[in-house]
Amino acid sequence: MNIIKFLDEFTSEDLIKKSSSRREMLGSLGNLGKKAAMVAVPFGLASTSGKAFAQSGGNDAIGALQLALILEYLEAEFYIKALDSGVLPSGGRAEAVYNQISKHESAHVEFLKAGLGDNSVDSPEFDFTAGGAFDPFNPNNDMAYAQLLALAQAFEDTGVRAYKGQATNLMGTEFLTPALQIHSVEARHASEIRRLRADVLGDNTNENALGWITLNNRGPGMPEATQAVYDGEENVVQGGVNLVDATGFSAEAVSQSYDEPISGEVAQQIAGLFIVS
Amino acid sequence: MEKPRIKVDAVSVKPVNNSKSRRRFLKMGGLAMAGSGLLLYGCSNDDDVNNPEPMPGEVFDLGSGDVGILNYAYALEQLEAAFYTNVLDGSYWAGATAEEKLILEDLYDHEVIHREFFKAAINANAEANQVLPELEFDFSGVNFADRDSVLATARVLEDTGVAAYNGAGRLLQTPDFLVIAGKIVSVEARHAATIRSIYLENDTAFAGDDIIDSNGLDLAKDPQTILSEVGATGFVVTPFTANNLPQ
Repeated sequence: MNIIKFLDEFTSEDLIKKSSSRREMLGSLGNLGKKAAMVAVPFGLASTSGKAFAQSGGNDAIGALQLALILEYLEAEFYIKALDSGVLPSGGRAEAVYNQISKHESAHVEFLKAGLGDNSVDSPEFDFTAGGAFDPFNPNNDMAYAQLLALAQAFEDTGVRAYKGQATNLMGTEFLTPALQIHSVEARHASEIRRLRADVLGDNTNENALGWITLNNRGPGMPEATQAVYDGEENVVQGGVNLVDATGFSAEAVSQSYDEPISGEVAQQIAGLFIVS
Repeated sequence: MEKPRIKVDAVSVKPVNNSKSRRRFLKMGGLAMAGSGLLLYGCSNDDDVNNPEPMPGEVFDLGSGDVGILNYAYALEQLEAAFYTNVLDGSYWAGATAEEKLILEDLYDHEVIHREFFKAAINANAEANQVLPELEFDFSGVNFADRDSVLATARVLEDTGVAAYNGAGRLLQTPDFLVIAGKIVSVEARHAATIRSIYLENDTAFAGDDIIDSNGLDLAKDPQTILSEVGATGFVVTPFTANNLPQ
């Protein structure tokens, strides 16, 4: 199963229905305002409520790279729009950080397209409001900056987990090392975005707001909708060894020490919330 | 927030049934070291040969195949863990800002946990005499009272860790080991970005143009390159060789 099939499924009637029902759900929550709606729509809802992605495992090298390309398209477009939005404070750290990350994500898109050659896929159409749950590029939305930071953190932490989950599909191919090289860049981005958020929140000595992930805590100020990005990160067993028992360190410290992979399916579920077609 | 720090000696990682032979090697390593620093004799292309049991007086060789790569990672994690142990015993850390104290304490935790994981993993996958002994380090070149000295060293170690894991992934044969290496390298990259961010005081240093290329790719270096760089720091006292690592 590869991304082409995965993309085809986005155009299926089922998914369109699903996404309109998501809007209906959001509409029914309209009285509670955007904040409540944001909380009500978990990342990955599109697929947990149906089987559109059930067969998309990304179980080979090409599928793995196509999945990576889709995620890079998502990130690249997100950062370009964020920088164009006027929401980020001009001339500050946030703008510099977003510029640097944007440069990398756009380079990753080109790199993966070139690597895939004839197997490359076009960019999906993205909806960064996730059907109206977010309004991150609107300078008149006073939540926009917080949403830009929250979405960036969710995308970067997802990217780290998704690349990690594809590593074994790339074993024995010339793409493994470059994929690892992208993977660690995503982790650098994640670390910085997390710390930038902490700084903006004035919360940079909060253990859950450092550059690494503690248990499955999404961190202060992160919408509940992003919880799927962090589920499973609380694992403390590595290679069959429970490292809390083996080392005497806390579960918090052990979980921070290892980032956990997600399957291609889960990565697609998370990205799917932002894909229109 | 004060977190419990464990003493390295008190860590019990199962299986520990080879502790006797590890001590034996440590002793030999101590005799052989005498100012020699880390030795690297070059690498053969043969990764099928089992690591022969060292004869008395011989230095430890990391070995071949996946065990060799795990020993290589274990050596690097020992280095990082020993460094942060010294950091937390130093006066810079004691007087650092709350944020920097917290960050460095976490880095200490993570690197000790990584080190203990490799000790357990290699013990579970190799004979006792194939497990890298506990290395001795010399950090006399670092001033643990000085922020710049500590953070500059931390930056080098973390960026080196990222480059090492990125370069070693393709040398692993066992998918589970690749996944675990992936779980660790992204945490090293999170560390590297954080240290660069607080030390270099440049808004783009976390993934700066000095380390990320025009394709947006991070560093990846072969074990030979990494081991020569690590050897050049003078931090590693106990000699060992890497003659049989896969290439």
